[in-house]
Amino acid sequence: MAYSKKVVDKFENTLKNPEKFNVGRFDPKDGDVGTGMVGAPACGDVMKLQIKCKQEGNQHIIEDVKFKTYGCGSAIASSAELVEMLIGKTLDEAKEIKNKDLAEVLELPPIKIHCSVLAEDSIKQAIEDYESKQ
Amino acid sequence: MSKSKPIYLDYASTTPVDERVAEKMLEYMTFNNNFGNAASRSHSFGWQADEAVELARSHVANLVNCDPREIVWTSGATEADNLAIKGIANFYKTKGKHIITSKIEHKAVLDPCRQLERHGFDVTYLEPNEGGVITPDAVKEAIREDTILVSIMHINNELGTINDIASIGELTRDNGIFFHVDAAQSTGKVNIDLSTLKVDLMSFSAHKTYGPKGVGALFVRRKPRVRIEAQIHGGGHERGMRSGTLATHQIVGMGEAFRLAKEEMKSDSEKVTEFHKYFLEEVKKIDEIYINGDIQNKVPNILNVSFNFIEGESLIMGLKDIAVSSGSACTSASLEPSYVLRALGRKDELAHSSIRFSFGRFTTEDDVRNTLNLLSNVVERLRELSPLWEMHLDGIDLDTVEWQAH
Repeated sequence: MAYSKKVVDKFENTLKNPEKFNVGRFDPKDGDVGTGMVGAPACGDVMKLQIKCKQEGNQHIIEDVKFKTYGCGSAIASSAELVEMLIGKTLDEAKEIKNKDLAEVLELPPIKIHCSVLAEDSIKQAIEDYESKQ
Repeated sequence: MSKSKPIYLDYASTTPVDERVAEKMLEYMTFNNNFGNAASRSHSFGWQADEAVELARSHVANLVNCDPREIVWTSGATEADNLAIKGIANFYKTKGKHIITSKIEHKAVLDPCRQLERHGFDVTYLEPNEGGVITPDAVKEAIREDTILVSIMHINNELGTINDIASIGELTRDNGIFFHVDAAQSTGKVNIDLSTLKVDLMSFSAHKTYGPKGVGALFVRRKPRVRIEAQIHGGGHERGMRSGTLATHQIVGMGEAFRLAKEEMKSDSEKVTEFHKYFLEEVKKIDEIYINGDIQNKVPNILNVSFNFIEGESLIMGLKDIAVSSGSACTSASLEPSYVLRALGRKDELAHSSIRFSFGRFTTEDDVRNTLNLLSNVVERLRELSPLWEMHLDGIDLDTVEWQAH
């Protein structure tokens, strides 16, 4: 699989320096944490995304994000990229992020588009989980 | 960053051409050397080429202990498999239309079988046992009145497991069924004696045994005589079984590679056995790994390992200075994980997590040591990244989780 330099760099940097690239976990029971987990081991990828939010006025802002991903290089790169896009965004802004945006930034080959779809679904689910707690 | 060459541990996919082989090949191409057509009977250019081809044929025959007249040159093991399977099926179709093969064969066997199914043949695909072996009993049970051919590989390319072709041969011979063996992974690794094996057709590849790509051979037994329908026509070369001007330099390369294989099989094998032992000991120190294929019944040059909770392609990307291959779907165009590992009854996730390491003549101890160091490091890092590993450590049984499959 010939990946773009962006995917390779993202993957390698995340592997080298997981903390800096937001690998980790929050306590899923915390009221200000939303967790999304999508995919299946049998399909070869599982993404777990957690957002930590704070309320400012009537807006909820994503303060911090943690993720863990089981999957191919582009799945890991897609999650790491998505996480960076999310920090500092309001939930409404975060909902606007589409898989297309990720695929474009990382120049994903067509066969790997599903990795960016998975990433989009993980954020949707995390937001849903967070909102259900409010 | 150093730009040093990656470590090559993918000998089961192809081997480099041995320098000694490459040198010999160069003697059969240019004007100042021997460039003749082995079929030219009217001048010395042709005679010399013919002599070189026949010498190479005897080297191949010598490695597997058969008559040189039983060796038919092809473009590789894929063509040899096609010629054997379609050749027998089409020649003997009035005798019966049933073929037995296995689910862990190379695509070069499976695809010709599928093609024959489209032309009215009936094919049984045997399941391997848990260890990745096709047992003689499984073959025995599948034999029917109208079975004309059994095609079972000698050594599986993904697992390195060895099938008992001696016993299967006894069965097929007793039942008057032709027996074809794909031996692409065997030459130079294990001893093959066609004077005692009841094998009727055997496929060989040059490039898995330090010869060039683009050449192979099919053994076609003379006693008892086996007849096949040619698949390529145009001049009646190779006793009418495979037409086309012989690629002298390729053939010379295969001959020399097989001559060296005979000479060096023992030393090659001793070295690789040591590496295998060392690698296995060290890799077992990593948690949650699974060796695929029966460890007691395999060649030491291939080792297939699943690293649970890690996806194989990401592991390969992490091991970027090491050339290995994976049964992961992501390394194939089809998005399906290895059909061989699935046939063993392994869970899909373990198939996704598998890496094949294969050692060879030019592997060094440093290669193995450096690979192991990098491997344990990358496995640890990828597990730190893996939600599955986290769940495993939390004591969650992943089989009980309801996944949202895509």
